[in-house]
Amino acid sequence: MAVFKYRGIGISGMAGAVPKEVYNNYTDNPNFSLEDAKAIVDKTGIFERRIARPETCASDLAYAAATQLFSSGKFEKEHTDALIFVSQTPDYRMPATGILMQARLNLPKSCAAFDVNLGCSGFVYGLNLAYSLASQEGIRNVMLINAETRSKVYSFKDRQTGFLFGDAATAFIISKNSSLGSSVFKLDSDGEKGNYIMAKSGGYRNPSTQDSFIEKQQPDGGFHSDEQGYMDGAGVFEFVITQVPRSIKDTLALAETEREKIDYFVFHQANRFMNDHLIRKLKLEPEKVPYCLHRFGNTSSVSIPLTMVSELSDKLNQTKNLLISGFGVGLSLGSAVIPVHSPEVLPLIEI
Amino acid sequence: MDSKFLDQLTELLEMETPVKPADKFRDYENWDSLAYLSLISFVDEEYGIVIPRDDFGKMNTVQDIIDFIKNNS
Repeated sequence: MAVFKYRGIGISGMAGAVPKEVYNNYTDNPNFSLEDAKAIVDKTGIFERRIARPETCASDLAYAAATQLFSSGKFEKEHTDALIFVSQTPDYRMPATGILMQARLNLPKSCAAFDVNLGCSGFVYGLNLAYSLASQEGIRNVMLINAETRSKVYSFKDRQTGFLFGDAATAFIISKNSSLGSSVFKLDSDGEKGNYIMAKSGGYRNPSTQDSFIEKQQPDGGFHSDEQGYMDGAGVFEFVITQVPRSIKDTLALAETEREKIDYFVFHQANRFMNDHLIRKLKLEPEKVPYCLHRFGNTSSVSIPLTMVSELSDKLNQTKNLLISGFGVGLSLGSAVIPVHSPEVLPLIEI
Repeated sequence: MDSKFLDQLTELLEMETPVKPADKFRDYENWDSLAYLSLISFVDEEYGIVIPRDDFGKMNTVQDIIDFIKNNS
């Protein structure tokens, strides 16, 4: 069982960036009638999303977020001993974007930098890695970046995915903090369901061909190509409503706490229908479950930290216990109970 | 359970006439992937059962759904 426990490690800085272009899901998708769009949008609760310009990469959003942290004067570049870049929309197939980010941010060459290829579970996995690195004696600050231009992966003509995904990035600093109590992470994988969310072509299993770029009609009437991502929404829903409540209950038990002692439950912002179902099933108080998906959509691994930056920025000045849970492409699932105490929170910026 | 379930399903699927056990629910004009998600969510909340997709794929009538819930409660 992949269970990880830490003491005296925590988030000391948080920043986020989104594209300034606002996409209105009711009116801006020319591939669907207003009536069709409304039926989907009212169910998913994603009314607006931010869409990066064609020339803007996930790393550009990440750079803007990370730069803010260093400009705040609270964090030294020289003290950044590791940089983790979590994304499935990297700049290149190689080298890893995190390494390029080390140079772009002017971080020391003694900084360990690498990428993690995970989606909706990626913040929980990345944070666990960051805590693990920060536990080492010689490591001062770990920068955890989550960055996605997910809107570029999916077809806007697809009924399952054409209204869901938005673009964003966050940069967090993780370091030692002796005033923080214990954190517990539990991570799971279900690769048997790997084909539930997938971009089939463009890798080495199915190299790109002329045909793989052709958008084909799907049984539900929508269109996507094999180069674009697709999602088996019903399969993912079934996975989430069976596995996520179990993961959360297990994590609470491993942390020797209970849901009443958790101040905020920050879930991956999948869609409103699914998240509301989780809230009811877990019998959570809705005011303890912040949302930002109505404004930013599903931003994959960025959605949990983006919710923390946009919805909890003024609520973390005293120690708060957070339960975070990310779930999706892989399929992959991670939950954690983490205390958060007065991190430096920079305002969300638009670029 | 049967009559309560039929009333709930009628409301859930926003049907103009009451749902009947022999109805082939996939033929409803309102039946689509969103209706499917609503149904799975509703059965999970009301009866604590997540109907697996493979099992659901074999169901044709409203009675099939009722039988599944009864057999798995």
